[in-house]
Amino acid sequence: MTPSTAETVLFWVLAPIMVLAASGLLFARKAVHAALCVITVMISLAFLYVAQEAPFLGVVQVVVYTGAVMMLFLFVLMLVGVDASDSLVETLRAQRWVGWLAALGLGVVLVGVVGRATYPDAVGLAEANAPGNPTGVARIIFGQHVFGLEVVGALLVTAALGALVLTHRQRLKPLVKQPERAAARVAAGGRLTPLPAPGVYARHNAMDVPALDPDGNPIDESVPRVLRIRGQEAGTAEYRADTYRRAVTAVLAERGVVGDGEVDAALGTVEDDPRPAAAPPGTTTGPTADIDLGGGSTRTETER
Amino acid sequence: MDVNSLAPLLVAVPLASAAVLLLLGRRSDRWGHWLGLLASTAAFVVGALLLVELLGRPADDRSIRVHLFDWISAGRFDLSAGLLVDPLSLTFVLLVTFVGSLIHLYSVAYMAHDAARRRFFAYLNLFIAAMLILVLADSYLLLFVGWEGVGLASYLLIGFWNHHTPYAVAAKKAFVANRIGDIGLLVALMLMFATFGSLDFASVSAGIDGGLASTATLTAMGLMLLLAACGKSAQFPLQSWLGDAMAGPTPVSALIHAATMVTAGVYLIVRSAPVFEGAPTAQLVVTIVGAITLVFGAIVGCAKDDIKKALAASTMSQIGYMVLAAGLGPVGYAFAIFHLVTHGFFKAGMFLGAGSVMHGMDDQTDMRRFGALRKYMVVTWVTFGLGWLAILGVPPFSGFWSKDKIIESAFVVPEGAGEWRAWLFGAVALIGAGITAFYMSRLFFMTFHGKKRWTTDAEGHEPHPHESPALMTIPMIVLAIGSVGLGFVLQLGGGFTTWLEPVTGHVEHHEPVLPVLVIQVVTLLAVAVGLVLAWRQYASLPVPETAPEGSALTRAARVDLYQDAVNDAVLVEPGQHLTRSLVYGDRTAVDGTFTGLGRLTVGIGELVRRMQTGYARQYAATMLLGLVVLAVVVLAPRI
Amino acid sequence: MTLTNYLVLSGILFSIGAATVLLRRNAIIVFMGVELMLNATNLALVTFSRLHGDLTGQVMAFFVMVVAAAEVVVGLAIIVSIFRTRKSASVDDINLLKS
Repeated sequence: MTPSTAETVLFWVLAPIMVLAASGLLFARKAVHAALCVITVMISLAFLYVAQEAPFLGVVQVVVYTGAVMMLFLFVLMLVGVDASDSLVETLRAQRWVGWLAALGLGVVLVGVVGRATYPDAVGLAEANAPGNPTGVARIIFGQHVFGLEVVGALLVTAALGALVLTHRQRLKPLVKQPERAAARVAAGGRLTPLPAPGVYARHNAMDVPALDPDGNPIDESVPRVLRIRGQEAGTAEYRADTYRRAVTAVLAERGVVGDGEVDAALGTVEDDPRPAAAPPGTTTGPTADIDLGGGSTRTETER
Repeated sequence: MDVNSLAPLLVAVPLASAAVLLLLGRRSDRWGHWLGLLASTAAFVVGALLLVELLGRPADDRSIRVHLFDWISAGRFDLSAGLLVDPLSLTFVLLVTFVGSLIHLYSVAYMAHDAARRRFFAYLNLFIAAMLILVLADSYLLLFVGWEGVGLASYLLIGFWNHHTPYAVAAKKAFVANRIGDIGLLVALMLMFATFGSLDFASVSAGIDGGLASTATLTAMGLMLLLAACGKSAQFPLQSWLGDAMAGPTPVSALIHAATMVTAGVYLIVRSAPVFEGAPTAQLVVTIVGAITLVFGAIVGCAKDDIKKALAASTMSQIGYMVLAAGLGPVGYAFAIFHLVTHGFFKAGMFLGAGSVMHGMDDQTDMRRFGALRKYMVVTWVTFGLGWLAILGVPPFSGFWSKDKIIESAFVVPEGAGEWRAWLFGAVALIGAGITAFYMSRLFFMTFHGKKRWTTDAEGHEPHPHESPALMTIPMIVLAIGSVGLGFVLQLGGGFTTWLEPVTGHVEHHEPVLPVLVIQVVTLLAVAVGLVLAWRQYASLPVPETAPEGSALTRAARVDLYQDAVNDAVLVEPGQHLTRSLVYGDRTAVDGTFTGLGRLTVGIGELVRRMQTGYARQYAATMLLGLVVLAVVVLAPRI
Repeated sequence: MTLTNYLVLSGILFSIGAATVLLRRNAIIVFMGVELMLNATNLALVTFSRLHGDLTGQVMAFFVMVVAAAEVVVGLAIIVSIFRTRKSASVDDINLLKS
């Protein structure tokens, strides 16, 4: 039996591709490229199997190797980091030439032995494959090798369990969930509620205008941090809702007292934070504030 | 009555009693001593029944072998454990059990205040059992079992008060000295096995008669047996342990180190008569050893102030007489055993007397602190005095009948030997009798006569000498009666020699080189001279409380004629040097080789270690290279 | 062309796989080299099966595939767990074989 012409053509097309792809395994910098090369080799092998009257193995090769094993490789590569490229500089002393020597020696020995050996005339599988290749293979597997098949099954189950055990990660700290986070926040103190939105909607709704608290005092934190750092916050005094002051002024006016100085003295208040309308960046004297950046973590940040 | 069923009881009863006492422990404290006494007495009763049985038989049917069990069966070697009941062994059985029972009785009172009295009785029973195995054994191998057994019991009893270090050391010394003798016995056993292929008395005797052994072999065997006897019987040159063995309680000294165990050597020589008959040289050596020990013990006895050590020296000397007699051949065997029996009685009696004196004097043993005790301890004085007269050989006390016979035999010219032997050994035995008279009289007078030399002990209270309780005096009285009459009774019509004849063989009467009457008169004269000298020096003149410096001989005798120093110089120190050089050789040569090998291995390991880098890739490269090389090597011839 | 060509190809692929194991440091690529060697063996098995007209060779190749799958599962799990602790997939970083 000799291979048909079509098979010869197929072989001579595929064999260089396979050797080249396999060499890619040796020289590719990135592991992903190496994996793609291996996939090429494996699919080519599947073709060769089919050509060699082993269609069942060809299918299995595609399903098991390219479909499962190589996908597993790619998954692991993804876990480890796809872009982790491997430098080809050798670190172990003499490992490079020893490795080449060993591999070349092996190749020479293997090819030499295989090439020089005398073989019987090829029989071909036409007879054995008469009932169909999968049927023939199945007869042997479930005839002579039933026990081996069972053992291999046990091996697969064991391997799966082993992989589970190996990749199982022991929890070193207790699991942190929402209740624990809430308790931690309360325990840490600080503002629990969301920040008020900037702007006093009755008069202004600009982003640089601080909101007012129930007493009418402005809340600095309500102004976006960026504006505060840039010093673009509108002056707070300007937007104070001085309802109380007006009432006091009115009472004083009834008594015949006019003028801001007197009002201030009566109120006992001093103008706080006389912020200039537009200070140059970086020279602001902003207060130190707790700013909730969201995401639950409270952290103290000094604005400078 | 069946001998076969009775004889094993002799050994079994004391052994069982010892086992019970040792295993039950404190639970048997209250009645243990009575059980011990009962076992010993029961053994004596069995012995007496056997005696009746044996006397009822004709003289040539008095040797009975009792098969116990098949002991060792290996190839051609087939040995059964068996007992031999014959006149000789039965004599020993009766002596051991009778004196033993009396001493058990004595010990009940003597050890009354000792917390470990039960253990003491267990050991005593163990000793009785072992001694009976020794004398009843029908083969040398079983005899060896008993031999070791009595050695063990002796060790345990000498060191009974082992919380006192010197006593423990004394026990160890006795044990080691005995071991040296045991080597002799072992070598003799091996020689016998190699020569005759058997170890029982009958086969050995038959083998010698059949000419299986050359004279040289027999001489070697005899000398080895003599070495064993020297160890056990404290004969020159292995006698040094006996004086120290007095560390044991006095009943032990009386039973083991005077009456029974130390005479085992004499028994061994007499029992091995066929061997010695075939080896005249060995026999001569036995005689010489006996003569040397006889004089040696007598001289040492003259200088000792410790009452028990003086008695021990006397024992040594008297056993020297027995060994001398045993070395004379069939002429002397019967008299050796005869003297052994009478000596067993009077020496045990005197030891018990010494124990009684110590009991009354707060365990004081220095005779220079005694004196004038006869008024305070009448029974002890009388019984001790009778034993004293017996050992002196004053007619008609026991010692006279036995010792005089030995001296007479010593004067007999042995067959095929020069006349000088008769004169030499006869003279030595005769002079020994004179010295014996001197030191025994010295002991007796210093203890019971003269003036009081009692001194307060360390705690400052005056001793109040008093007679011992009846439990102690009764055995002393019985033994004293034996000292007086036993010799006369046994020699009536040559009764004892005839009784022993089946074992020792019949001997025609030989005339000594001097007329018997002359020998007796001269002996008595020598005794009288010794006695008078002792009376002059230790009874009529005052005895100094501390020992005077004395002559060079006295000083030497006080330290056992430098025996320990000689042992140290001749045996111990060379042994130590040998050991040290062996240790040195071991360290440098043997250890050096192996540590060197170890270092070499470590060095190679250090080199190879560098190959272990831990890098899997390097390992893989090595493997693959190896595989390729292997494949090339395998495939190369095929290309 | 004869079947020998297949066997020569198998030998070449096997040698390349071995070289990969010896020369690459990334554990995953090393592992791919091992897979390549297994595949080369399978090719030889299939070829011999055809040569002798006996399907047992294909059955053996089938078993090799199954066992290789199990091996891959365990091997990759080991690589993942090592990567977790060491943040590295280089075989040279793991020289615990040297005490």
